[in-house]
Amino acid sequence: MGSSLIDGLFVFMLAGFIGFEVIKRISPLLHTPLMSITNALDAIAVVGAIVLVGRHESRLSFILGILAVIAATSNIVGGFLITDRMLKMFKSSRPAKP
Amino acid sequence: MIEFLGSQNFIGIIYLVASALFILALKWMNRPATARRGIFAGETGMVLAIGGTLLQLGVDGKLQHLAIDYTWVFIALGIGTAVGIPLGLVQMTAVPQRTALSHAFGAFCVTLVGTAEFYLRTPNVRPFMMSVLCCEVILGGLTVTGSLMAAGKLQEVLPQRPITYKGQNVVNLGLLAVAIGIAGYLVHNPGATHLYPVMVGIALLFGVMLVIPIGGADMPTVISLLNSYAGLSAAAMGFVLGNKLLIVAGALDGSSGFILSVIMSKAMNRSFTNVVFGAFGQVAPAAAGAQEARPVKSASPEEAAGILAAASKVVIVPGYGMAVAQAQHKVRELYDSLTKRGIDVQFAIHPVAGRMPGHMNVLLAEADVPYDHLKEMDDINGDFPQTDVSLIIGANDVTNPAAKTDKSSPIYGMPVLDVERSHTVMVIKRSMNPGFAGIDNPLYYMDQTLMLFGDAKAFVSNIVKELSNSHG
Repeated sequence: MGSSLIDGLFVFMLAGFIGFEVIKRISPLLHTPLMSITNALDAIAVVGAIVLVGRHESRLSFILGILAVIAATSNIVGGFLITDRMLKMFKSSRPAKP
Repeated sequence: MIEFLGSQNFIGIIYLVASALFILALKWMNRPATARRGIFAGETGMVLAIGGTLLQLGVDGKLQHLAIDYTWVFIALGIGTAVGIPLGLVQMTAVPQRTALSHAFGAFCVTLVGTAEFYLRTPNVRPFMMSVLCCEVILGGLTVTGSLMAAGKLQEVLPQRPITYKGQNVVNLGLLAVAIGIAGYLVHNPGATHLYPVMVGIALLFGVMLVIPIGGADMPTVISLLNSYAGLSAAAMGFVLGNKLLIVAGALDGSSGFILSVIMSKAMNRSFTNVVFGAFGQVAPAAAGAQEARPVKSASPEEAAGILAAASKVVIVPGYGMAVAQAQHKVRELYDSLTKRGIDVQFAIHPVAGRMPGHMNVLLAEADVPYDHLKEMDDINGDFPQTDVSLIIGANDVTNPAAKTDKSSPIYGMPVLDVERSHTVMVIKRSMNPGFAGIDNPLYYMDQTLMLFGDAKAFVSNIVKELSNSHG
């Protein structure tokens, strides 16, 4: 338990730094799609909810798990869809290189 | 084979690949040319992770429940998809409220899973695990209601005006302190289940109270902040479940929201605490003091069209008013019409123009304005002295020169667009009413400024008409 906890903190710290460095470089032009895609990626919480349903430990956890799957899935689908729609709209006046 | 598919190593590798894809997705988001590849990477990671989890469910799940579990999970995935599709197809002008709503959904998922975990594990919870669990549900809970409030304000089903009262900050901080206090008690007494709903309830209430004093102009910061909280609560959920993929996704989302909040508050020259603890609502009434009616010069669409046609460099400054009037497509027509005459047209985008980070860029891209003409504040500010006409459409505070000169102005120190340096400034505005922020803009009384009174969409469309008439 103790070591897996420290492992988790390591992962959190490294991912936090990577996120900071990567996101800092994103053009302000794309801040709205950035927010919608991170929202979709964040909905990976759906895997936790699926595992919770599968553990089938109590009626309450089962129902909460199902509701959580619904909420997260709607973010995944809606988030990717709207990010894609937004990015399709961004066109340059210079001819695009293949 | 089936043993390998169900093993912890297999799912671990799947999650590892998915984490890498998520990081690549954000890396490729850095410019428009590669951004759609980023979506593909994100989607692939998502499908892999969900697929792997479903497979593992088949191997690990209790056999007698398996059929029921699969059925329900697929029903839930189906309902979620049915809800998600319309949320992915909203109008571009509705993106800020859609984003706020999805923060609420994400945090709702996290709070529900946290709640289930609490009741499953109590009273055998180690202190660290309980503190992370409490973090998860407090952050999750306040994000749910805070985001719903923000979405309601943006959709205008709730009053947009900031609601402030005496002692507001004391009440808010008090609520948060009580929630943290209960969390502390639960860490030492994990069996105190009766206190858990109280803690969640206070977190939910705190979310409402947090967003009540926040006005429309502060929405970009608040949405970013809620984004960050949603990410951090998901990361906390990753700790509770021992799921590293969740920790990675949560950390990425958390840092993204954090960076955006910092950029937004810098663009308003305000600290986090200043935004969150509602200083704007308190400063505004003081600024809306008595002001004598100073003379302004106004112009008709014909005159405006004439001046624009004679220019060689035009900078258009869009603001939230352009979005409200749905004028972006007419603005594109104006852009086309001026460009055809050989006039150089650029757009100056202030970081906090609109109701969320990057709002104006998305609206103008939707209207087919090429993105290489959308300029950030720092890139365009040096161009204003060489600009013949700056045309301001529905923006106000971001062009206010008082932010640079008037120490008594509530927005003193906020970085603004230097439009007053251009030869002529034209401002499309409904009336001289300063709007609910209540800050007067000295730009309107300057010699080079012409006020174009009217609805943004109608006025721009009249200018376009004049330009095409005179062209023939």
